[in-house]
Amino acid sequence: MRRNYRMLAAGLFLAMVFLLSGCSEQYIVLDPKGPIGQSQKDLIIISTVLCAVIIVPVLIMTAVIVWRYRDRPGSKAKYKPNWEHNTKLEVTWWSIPIVIIIILAAVTINYTYKLEPSRAIESEKAPITIQVTSMDWKWLFKYPGEDIATVNYVKFPEDRPVRFQLTSDTAMNSFWIPQLGGQLYSMSGMAMTLYLQADEQGSYYGSGANFNGKDFAQMTFKADAVSQEEYDAWIQEVKKDAPALTMDGYKELQKPGRSDVQLFSSFPEGLFEQIVTQYVEEGSTGAHAHHGASSDTSKNEGSSKNNDSETNTADASDQHNGHAGH
Amino acid sequence: MWDKIKDFSSEFFVTGDPLILGAQVSIAITMVAIVFILTYFKKWRWLWTEWLTSVDHKKIGIMYIIASILMLFRGGVDALLMRMQLAVPQVEFLNAEHYNAIFTTHGVIMILFMAMPLMFGLFNIVVPLQIGARDVAFPFLNSLSFWMFFFGAMLFNVSFVIGGSPDAGWLAYPPLSGLSGSPGVGQDFYIWGIQISGIGSLATGINFIVTILKMRAPGMKLMKMPMFTWSVLSSCTTIIFAFPILTVTLFLLFIDRYLGAHFFTLDGGGNPMMYINLIWMWGHPEVYIVILPAFGIFSEIVSAFSKKKLFGYKSMVFALMSISFFSFFTWAHHFFTMGSGANVNAFFAVTTMLIAIPTGVKVFNWLFTMYRGKLSFPTPMMWTIAFIPCFVIGGMTGVLLSVAPADFQFHNSYFLIAHFHQVLIGGVVFGYFAGLYYWWPKMFGFKLHEGLGKWAFWFWNIGFYVCFMPQYALGLMGMTRRFNEYNFDMGWQPLNVVSTVGGFLMGIAFLFQVWQIAHSIKFYKKEKTGDTWDGRTLEWSIPSPAPMYNFARIPVVTEQDDWWEKKQRRLRGEADPPEVAQAEQAPLEPIHMPRNSGVPFVMSSFWFIAGFGFVWDWKWMIVLGLGGVIVSMLVRSFTYNTDYYIPVEEVERTEAAARGAH
Repeated sequence: MRRNYRMLAAGLFLAMVFLLSGCSEQYIVLDPKGPIGQSQKDLIIISTVLCAVIIVPVLIMTAVIVWRYRDRPGSKAKYKPNWEHNTKLEVTWWSIPIVIIIILAAVTINYTYKLEPSRAIESEKAPITIQVTSMDWKWLFKYPGEDIATVNYVKFPEDRPVRFQLTSDTAMNSFWIPQLGGQLYSMSGMAMTLYLQADEQGSYYGSGANFNGKDFAQMTFKADAVSQEEYDAWIQEVKKDAPALTMDGYKELQKPGRSDVQLFSSFPEGLFEQIVTQYVEEGSTGAHAHHGASSDTSKNEGSSKNNDSETNTADASDQHNGHAGH
Repeated sequence: MWDKIKDFSSEFFVTGDPLILGAQVSIAITMVAIVFILTYFKKWRWLWTEWLTSVDHKKIGIMYIIASILMLFRGGVDALLMRMQLAVPQVEFLNAEHYNAIFTTHGVIMILFMAMPLMFGLFNIVVPLQIGARDVAFPFLNSLSFWMFFFGAMLFNVSFVIGGSPDAGWLAYPPLSGLSGSPGVGQDFYIWGIQISGIGSLATGINFIVTILKMRAPGMKLMKMPMFTWSVLSSCTTIIFAFPILTVTLFLLFIDRYLGAHFFTLDGGGNPMMYINLIWMWGHPEVYIVILPAFGIFSEIVSAFSKKKLFGYKSMVFALMSISFFSFFTWAHHFFTMGSGANVNAFFAVTTMLIAIPTGVKVFNWLFTMYRGKLSFPTPMMWTIAFIPCFVIGGMTGVLLSVAPADFQFHNSYFLIAHFHQVLIGGVVFGYFAGLYYWWPKMFGFKLHEGLGKWAFWFWNIGFYVCFMPQYALGLMGMTRRFNEYNFDMGWQPLNVVSTVGGFLMGIAFLFQVWQIAHSIKFYKKEKTGDTWDGRTLEWSIPSPAPMYNFARIPVVTEQDDWWEKKQRRLRGEADPPEVAQAEQAPLEPIHMPRNSGVPFVMSSFWFIAGFGFVWDWKWMIVLGLGGVIVSMLVRSFTYNTDYYIPVEEVERTEAAARGAH
């Protein structure tokens, strides 16, 4: 039996080593570089501690009970074969988890509203908008303000909120830059909003986190946060040197396959809106149009019966570009 | 003509992959070998009359368990192939398409064709014995359920060598699983394999609810039922509400693919998000369906090997039932990142956390069952003790995942993978293994070798932690699931190698179990008492293996843990209550039993034919299959000779032979 504890101890030890070494750079989820990622890390720590409050005593209790009441000759431990009920004890352990869960639920609800992905990050600087399209099997980034586009590479200034608008021109994927914050699905026929911000310069790992077919694993990209000057210079450079993305060029991109990094000095006007609204039938209104243009609240409003809270529509006013394609 | 055949076969068979060619050859060889052995030893008749047509719940249970162990092997090989690929992604041991197919089949097989049948096997063997019944409520339906499951599983598995495996993930989200994303037949095998076996699962759910509610021995009030039976009741209740959702969802997906409808397509007003909601409305309850019986098993075992009554019986019942209720209100936590908005996410985060309360209470009750008990540690108990810390940690990471905004960072990462493997292996697999070891003597009349069992136990446990603890870390390092390679330096490889080593340790553990079973059969030692573990519930009051009619006289129950109390009374020299004594001394009567029937086997094989026809869209085959199903139903409807009586003399003979040992 002794070995049982050893194994348990070894398991816990392993778990601890991995968690503690989380300070190291490799544990990117625990090494956030932006406000959203930071809040999420705080929340991860709060919830872990709250759970540990109950889990650790339970693990110790398990070990002690199993050890003490093992059947052996000359055992002095009590044996009460018919002891099966104790109201006080049972009330105690119904209430301990209830209390913990109430606390955790309160924290969670609070953070859920605070970290709603479409909620704008407070900042003096105006957000920069980047339109993200997941394709088979590459990411297309479009900068409507700057009128440039990139594939499998994204760059933005540090310390300034970035408003990512996500959609898909194929199966669903999920847009994730772990060091900046959590992921959000990119889905066809709608545009979802995800606010992120990098507080310091750096080159961050980004990936598609939801399986979307054969070369799904190739959908990783680099997200560079640079100074405003560097960013501006880069825009100029792309505008000067890179080719334009034409409609035919986009059709090429649509063909299933992997892609290297590509840069484009311009892209067809309204391309993102076209991608979002491509499933809206010609001349249709009502439910279909509503569904296709659900980008205006960044939510699947068409199917969720308008129960969206204010937080979802917080920045609805500047999200009407979804309608442009009609 | 020749060209046509060549074209056809290159589409029909999966070709061009040495791994699959190897599988095709070995499947062919195995089939020839089985046919040869059955013919050589003249066992065809025996197989048909004793097994394939049997409506005996114990035999059906054994067939379920054999099938599930085969599926565990298949799913396990899938897992090891994936682990090999991830340890050395540079080598491209599996290409992307192959890898995608393998993680898809691994998931489907482990949940639907390994965990479910292992669970049904234990239901079948244990429940009627625990409640003092002679069979389940609907023995014919029970046999039909098994064969529907079996042929469904075979239809799914055949896709590996014929037509190509599904590769859109185990829950097959459209549009990837739709005609646009998966034009091949793999996805059709998926739909029909699950659909056919799903009908079997639903029928089993109904069957056991009726069995438990209507067939308990006299005196066994609901609140005197053994805890495993309670857990089966809660699991089956969940089944009858959850499985219809699965059936409808897959049927709609089928209509999309087969008739070009637009339920889940992108165009034509379809909405893939609807599918994701529907499939998880089944999928989340599904994991509770498989874990609840494991809770029941642990309750039985903890009490038996602590030599003590289960602590907090009422709490346990309440916890089981509330889990099965709340399991229907948590589905959206599988896609917090779909952008449903803060209200929806907050609601589902809280409902998910609520489940932790009854689950936590159960752990306390098990601990306090051991407290002031007298613990012994044969293999079933070892699995139970190993389960507690494993499940507690897995449960904790589950609560972490339920914190919606934090889940944005965990979702689809290896943190999630580690979590659900920890609760499914540490909870479900450990639980069913514990149950298998515990009830094995009741099924077969001999115990499994303890020493080899302990080897298997340690390899499983150490392998588990070595395999899955690093995956939590990998999740925090940003590694997402379903990557077949990572060509960039994120520092993932060392931990992936460790994880793969752990996977292989579990593979070795499985080999130990196979060896353990083979060894125990070879050195067969009859279990004479029928009460191997000094048990507490009715199944231990009859000989091992149980005679086909289970109980020569239906017992009268007066207590919870009735058999244990009876033994205690005898030790104290007290007399049984009059109604118990009277039932025991009543003269034997002829026993009414259901007759075997070949209809379930035949009807299910017609379902297989129909399913295969739908997969390939061969109309003649669909007509043949469905026609066969209808004829089978008619044949059954006009069969009046469905039962018989075992004469008293035969019962006396059987009882004398079984009990002659003492």
